[in-house]
Amino acid sequence: MMENGKNIIRKYTMVLVLLLVTLFFAWVTHGKMLLPQNVNNLIAQNAYVFILAAGMLLCILTGGNIDLSVGSIVCFVGAVGGTLMVKSGWNIFICILVMLLTGAVIGVWQGFWIAYVRIPPFIVTLAGMFIFRGLSNVVLQGMTIAPMPDKYLNLFSSYIPDILGGGGNFNLTCMVFGIAGCLVYIIVILKNRRNKAKNGYEMEKPAGVIIKGIVICIAILAFTFRLAQHKGIPMVLIWVAAIIAIYAYITSKTTMGRYFYAVGGNEKATRLSGINTNKVYFIAYLNMAFLAAVAGMVTIARLNSSNPTAGTNYEMDAIGSCFIGGASAYGGIGTIPGVVIGAILMGVINLGMSIVGVDANYQKVVKGLVLLAAVIFDVVSKRERSR
Amino acid sequence: MNRILLEMKNITKTFPGVKVLDNVNLKVGEGEIHALVGENGAGKSTLMNILSGIYPYGTYEGDIIFDGEICKFINIKSSEEKGIVIIHHELALIPYMTIGENLFLGNERGRKGAINWNETYGKADTLLRTVGLRESSRTLVKDIAVGRQQLVEIAKALAKKARLLILDEPTASLNESDSKALLDLLLEFKKNGMTSIIISHKLNEISYVADKITVIRDGSTIETLDKRKDDISEVRIIKGMVGRELSDRFPKRKEKNIGDIKMEVSDWTVYHPLYTERKVVDNVSINVRSGEVVGIAGLMGSGRSELVMSIFGKSYGTNITGTLKINGETVRLNTVKDAIRKKLAYVTEDRKGNGLILSNPIKINTTLSNLGAVSRHSIIDKDKEYAVAVQYKQKLNTKCTTVEQKVGNLSGGNQQKVLLSKWMFADPDILMLDEPTRGIDVGAKYEIYCIINNLAAEGKSVIMISSELPEVLGMCDRIYIMNEGRMAGELNGKEASQELIMSYILKSGKESK
Repeated sequence: MMENGKNIIRKYTMVLVLLLVTLFFAWVTHGKMLLPQNVNNLIAQNAYVFILAAGMLLCILTGGNIDLSVGSIVCFVGAVGGTLMVKSGWNIFICILVMLLTGAVIGVWQGFWIAYVRIPPFIVTLAGMFIFRGLSNVVLQGMTIAPMPDKYLNLFSSYIPDILGGGGNFNLTCMVFGIAGCLVYIIVILKNRRNKAKNGYEMEKPAGVIIKGIVICIAILAFTFRLAQHKGIPMVLIWVAAIIAIYAYITSKTTMGRYFYAVGGNEKATRLSGINTNKVYFIAYLNMAFLAAVAGMVTIARLNSSNPTAGTNYEMDAIGSCFIGGASAYGGIGTIPGVVIGAILMGVINLGMSIVGVDANYQKVVKGLVLLAAVIFDVVSKRERSR
Repeated sequence: MNRILLEMKNITKTFPGVKVLDNVNLKVGEGEIHALVGENGAGKSTLMNILSGIYPYGTYEGDIIFDGEICKFINIKSSEEKGIVIIHHELALIPYMTIGENLFLGNERGRKGAINWNETYGKADTLLRTVGLRESSRTLVKDIAVGRQQLVEIAKALAKKARLLILDEPTASLNESDSKALLDLLLEFKKNGMTSIIISHKLNEISYVADKITVIRDGSTIETLDKRKDDISEVRIIKGMVGRELSDRFPKRKEKNIGDIKMEVSDWTVYHPLYTERKVVDNVSINVRSGEVVGIAGLMGSGRSELVMSIFGKSYGTNITGTLKINGETVRLNTVKDAIRKKLAYVTEDRKGNGLILSNPIKINTTLSNLGAVSRHSIIDKDKEYAVAVQYKQKLNTKCTTVEQKVGNLSGGNQQKVLLSKWMFADPDILMLDEPTRGIDVGAKYEIYCIINNLAAEGKSVIMISSELPEVLGMCDRIYIMNEGRMAGELNGKEASQELIMSYILKSGKESK
């Protein structure tokens, strides 16, 4: 039983840390931290982190390789989109298509050098960081473009209208979404178990599953309740949730996802197992640039402008979230749920410190220490286990 | 009876939950070669790690008495100061440094942090002569052959003024002639009064070189055999190691059912991937029938692995020419994927480097080369994957707590079984096994042989590369002999003998000169 308890704590350390940190800030800010407005801000401010971290995880999985260029790509894609929408007045959907395509082309460019010519990712993306930051300035001619068309803003920074009509200050649609989410989760779990039982496969203990299910449902309900008290579900949450869901599925359930882990675990063995490892690298970096384009779209909507300094240090937030979320710096280990927890933790620390009024420079110090502590914890606990 | 140099008394070591050493006693006399044998996981390496200070004083119970005094080593440095030097089987040399730099790494010649290069290289050259190497000490380590690197390791130990040399599997990666040279060197050192402890799985080498043999089984000392008094034949040692007599080291195949030619390779030539003008495989032709076990014997560097790897979807070499026929049909296999699709499998000799993902669980390793079989529309059915892994675990008798266990935590023999599971699950017709029993203990070897026999009985074709001649002789229906990239001969399994194979190798060596 003691062993069991230890294992649970080890497995869910970051969840517990997140809980403690949230409670800490809730206490320090006298509950302001958990006000509906701030819960909403947590999503809106950090949307780009979730999106970029999902892509960054794939790069890190292939062997601890990071992509330094994402911040610049966010800026460049935003600059292209802003110019086309505002200056040239193109249709916003065509602009979105162009932005995604721009990301993909950048991904092909970087992915080609990394995967097929085998230039170290660090070098290629460092180069990309300069190139696309420079090109953003060229496209924007050093100026800021604002504001974005309303139609565009509606897609990213508005809220889902309350079609069910909750009345007053409560968004019923939002709450219904939350309840529906819980139900879907429960149904998937039950179906999975029934399937396992039918085929006579080994099952997890029911107690553990029930506790986990209750915790997750409470989290979803509490979260949507807070959002319902504000303005409902922010559009950007839909985008973020969709991306997280898709990537969680890819990494955990598909053969392609498995290949990312395999390459990071032992590239030679993977190649000799008949897997095209070049393609795996290529897809990781193609995908990263594509998601950077999505993050670029979200960013210009949030800022309501394209400017040449947008996206600065975004790559660091994404990389930090991955490592805090348990990804291994040597590759082969890491999960999307872990990365999501990592990103939320970073977001909570940021937001909490802002509310308390901690100086921006000290905020950076704290973020750095949290990142270092997370990785130290990971390395040390692994070493102890292997003893 | 010569003086006792080292005595390890009642050594007990526990890791959380397991007692790996239980009251182990070891006595080594001055100037003798003492062999330590036992199956994998018996505790040999743990004992040596205690002796060399890797597990410091206080983490174990019992006493180490060296040269008459009780020693409390806290790290490797403190044991080396006493003259106890351990040479691990994984080479610890830095490839891009010169031999001289490597010899004195951490033990630099010079004063106050400034290195005296003349002294370094001068002394290094002397040391190299002592171990019989005629290289210049300014040569980079990467430029000399593995056998010679092992000698450099020994020279490095001598540079530390070793009184007791501990060699952990020193010949694991050496061919027979290099191994012989190394063992003769140890005998030479013995004449000059050097004491050595050697750990090895190669029992013929131990019979050749050791004065005394201590057998460890399941963390306890079973017996110490003395060359002068006891029988130290291989059979006798194995009996001590496994606790029973292993009457037949190679299981017999009950019914041989050898069919038509399954795969035929003709005029196969492969060039080195980096030095593209160098031929690694030169105009080689081989074939294998269904239900047949074909061996490829030869020394290290004879091009055997390179031959099968180049067949396996061109995973080695450049400018590959020749024809490959499977079931009488000419095929071109440009990628590993093509090869797997044509039902080929290559089980690598380097299971840690090229075979397994050590950080991943057994089940993920088992399905990696045939992930399609446990997925639909590229979505993995994890329950099915688990079931498959369990099935192969049972079939091959892999010892593990669950198939969720990380492969890196398994013993060598069990890792090899996981590697075999992986390729058996890919459902090949032709299996190319490269050193399938390297570095695993006698009991596990026997199990691997049984698996190979079963595969052949199912009608699969097996090509087996091995540096251990008894194994090739015991297992194979037909034996090809390769030397320096060329085919040196072909023998029927019945007529083959160790002498005959060696004579083919020697003959081919002379012809090429």
